Amino acid sequence: MPSSCRSGVCQSCLMRAREGTPPAAAQSGIKDTLRAQGYFLSCRCVPEGDLSVALPEDGAGRFASTITGIRQLSDTVMELRLARPEGFEYRAGQFATLINGQEVARSYSVASVPELDADLEFQIALVPGGAMSGWLANEAAAGTALHVQGPNGHCFYACADREQPLLLAGTGTGLAPLYGIARDALRQGHTGPIHLFHGALREPGLYLHEPLRALASEWEHFHYHACVLNGPAADEVHVGPLDAWLLETLGTLKGFRAYLCGAPEFVKLMQRKVFLAGVSLQEVFVDSFLPAKAP
Amino acid sequence: MSTLYERLGGEAAVNAAVDVFYRHVLSDDRINYWFEDVDMERQAAKQKAFMTMAFGGPHNYTGDDMRNGHKHLVEKGLNDSHFDAVAENLAKALAELNVPQAEIDEVLALVGTTRNDVLGR
Ligand SMILES: Cc1cc2nc3c(=O)[nH]c(=O)nc-3n(C[C@H](O)[C@H](O)[C@H](O)COP(=O)(O)OP(=O)(O)OC[C@H]3O[C@@H](n4cnc5c(N)ncnc54)[C@H](O)[C@@H]3O)c2cc1C
Ligand code: HEM
Ligand code: FES
Repeated sequence: MPSSCRSGVCQSCLMRAREGTPPAAAQSGIKDTLRAQGYFLSCRCVPEGDLSVALPEDGAGRFASTITGIRQLSDTVMELRLARPEGFEYRAGQFATLINGQEVARSYSVASVPELDADLEFQIALVPGGAMSGWLANEAAAGTALHVQGPNGHCFYACADREQPLLLAGTGTGLAPLYGIARDALRQGHTGPIHLFHGALREPGLYLHEPLRALASEWEHFHYHACVLNGPAADEVHVGPLDAWLLETLGTLKGFRAYLCGAPEFVKLMQRKVFLAGVSLQEVFVDSFLPAKAP
Repeated sequence: MSTLYERLGGEAAVNAAVDVFYRHVLSDDRINYWFEDVDMERQAAKQKAFMTMAFGGPHNYTGDDMRNGHKHLVEKGLNDSHFDAVAENLAKALAELNVPQAEIDEVLALVGTTRNDVLGR
């Protein structure tokens, strides 16, 4: 049985009860349609009675797919493209859990936009000794089969008010969902200002610098702010901590909707800061890249 | 005679008050460390529950829930001074939202009835 987060988020441990009723806690957070069919998360399941279980069926939130391409976006970030399985309906910014032939399961944010891109696209950082990122970098190639579970998550563009200012902030590959959300917002005709802040340790980590600069010159109300912790860097790149610079650049965040993605420490810090700077609690959306836990 | 909750403006007023109040709490060094580790994502719902109670609105919390919900905090030393600071921030937030003093007093009186449960006495 694959598992990843062990805390009810990634849904990679999905199973189906053939007989018996799974406890409510193991069914919380899964789709109504799956719940009705007896699906549950095994990492959350302490059975209360007899339970006869089966692996999920293909199509029940888990889809077979093949890799259509892998390329380097920088020294440490790769773009993974997968054939989008039929029936895999998603919103840009949601995440999916990839499961490889060795039953390693890891969650990744979808960077593509269903209405604009044929494939599912992911931006994946190479983690030293990483089970999934290492496998993708060294063993997987176009044509390799894997499974996609999902999509999950609430971090996507759904603004009733097209004029609302948006703040998108992420570090590292936290940019992946933000890139999807930004393009989706523009596609849907969002007219309010969109500020995208991308933070990296050093300049090579700004792995979408040119595409984002191009997007900013194409759309007057889309603003791209690049930021690195350690210089040297080009003139248009700020050197220093992202949080301080963001608040200095935008001043008050009253009325903003904020999307915060990437390393859990960054997300936690920013949630607090943007709230104190004026964003309403209900207007904060996050995607925290929690590392997988050992089973 | 309408209820306090209705007079304050019901759910819309609760939503407006939550942000202002919680910002004060997180900026208050006397109490903000209690909220250091709480998950911000769930706070929107929890703060709404708090405010609905304070406004005398419909909620499902019992005194025992308040007791159990704050038990781990009482064990770490939650006391009257913290309770008073929360009440003070609440009054400040409501005043900023132009709630009349008479209603603020009613809210504080209502919140006061939870003191012994919250502090586990
Ligand atoms: C909702 C969600 C969305 C995510 N989206 C993305 C995404 O779009 N792009 C992306 O690159 N990642 C994303 N992640 C993180 C991803 O799921 C994996 O945790 C990550 O790719 C590492 O997996 P791995 O198998 O390569 O390494 P593992 O085998 O899990 O880890 C190998 C070792 O590295 C450590 N480690 C794990 N992560 C890091 C890290 N970031 N830095 C340093 N050390 C680390 C581990 O503790 C372990 O010791 C997301 C996570 C979640 C929960
Ligand atoms: C003034 C009366 C108070 C009321 C009516 C009240 C009400 C509540 C409610 C409804 C919850 C949510 C419980 C849940 O659904 O899980 C809660 C949680 C909490 N309260 Fe209070 N509370 C009060 C005082 C305080 C005080 C004085 C402190 C500390 C200074 C405090 C700190 C907390 C914390 C830290 C949580 C847990 C949040 C979490 O774990 O996510 N509360 N309270
Ligand atoms: S939901 Fe069970 S391991 Fe992630």
